[in-house]
Amino acid sequence: MAASRNLAAVVIGVVFLGLVGLLLYGVLVSDRADREALPSPLIGKPAPEFSLPVLHEPGRLVSSAELLGQPYLLNVWGSWCPGCRVEHPVITRIAETRRVRVIGYNWKDEHADALRWLEQFGNPYWLVLVDYDGRNAIDWGIYGAPETFLVDAQGIVRWKHVGPVDDATLENSLMPALDAIGVPE
Amino acid sequence: MLAAFGSVAQAQAVRDATPLEFRDDAEERRFHDLVAELRCVMCQNQSLADSNAQIAHDLRREVFDLMREGRSDDEIREFLVARYGEFVLYRPRFGGHTWALWLAPGLLLLAGGVVIVRIVRARGRQPIPPDEEQEW
Repeated sequence: MAASRNLAAVVIGVVFLGLVGLLLYGVLVSDRADREALPSPLIGKPAPEFSLPVLHEPGRLVSSAELLGQPYLLNVWGSWCPGCRVEHPVITRIAETRRVRVIGYNWKDEHADALRWLEQFGNPYWLVLVDYDGRNAIDWGIYGAPETFLVDAQGIVRWKHVGPVDDATLENSLMPALDAIGVPE
Repeated sequence: MLAAFGSVAQAQAVRDATPLEFRDDAEERRFHDLVAELRCVMCQNQSLADSNAQIAHDLRREVFDLMREGRSDDEIREFLVARYGEFVLYRPRFGGHTWALWLAPGLLLLAGGVVIVRIVRARGRQPIPPDEEQEW
């Protein structure tokens, strides 16, 4: 009888500690800046196929197949997006290292607004693709801007970041991801 | 070229604004049931049906188009899960890493029940000691 009471106490204790642990985890996670960022189911899978117009040459379409062979960083932005303005200097710095091609993904923007934005703040992009109606963005699992993807030379999505890329993200997350896919510095 | 683009952009805005037109009540009901159980990825505390976020508009349009292509509800859910993750389902499916979510409440209830039954039985076997300090 004492044994069964002990067992009951142990069970209650374990459940209680488990709940306390969950609560603590929740509290710790709650002040992470990216706590609402969704993990991308695309990581480790081929990037979606697309054929999108180029911002500066609206008649030209670029397909996902054409981008194979070298890794690229796909940066989702729009002139309407305040976070994109914030990360713009960091994206520019990444582009200036010439370590990886930075491709702009102009999402649900107006053509003239997009051009004006790049003129005003500078164009760090090797190429800017345009997705006016956001149809293709659904294939990428894009749900806000800015978002940034790293796609390797074989066209596999290796890394994703939701929200502005800042110096810490660059140092702690993107650079190791580039190292991991063997991009020389 | 620029003028052509301007008109494309305008057409786009118009397309965004056109409300979805359903063929019949059954289609409309199916659509509403479906978007009510899908979560808006942007706002996260609203369903796709309730959200006014731009991405929710786009995803509703996509769900509608997939319905028109003749895809089943399950195929449409699968389409969204493949892009946005299990998170988009308000009723997550059983399996993978969601089994704990599904089983935990039942297991907790069961464990609690067992504990209570044991305590009650253990007490039932004991005579209740007379309480000397009781005044009535």
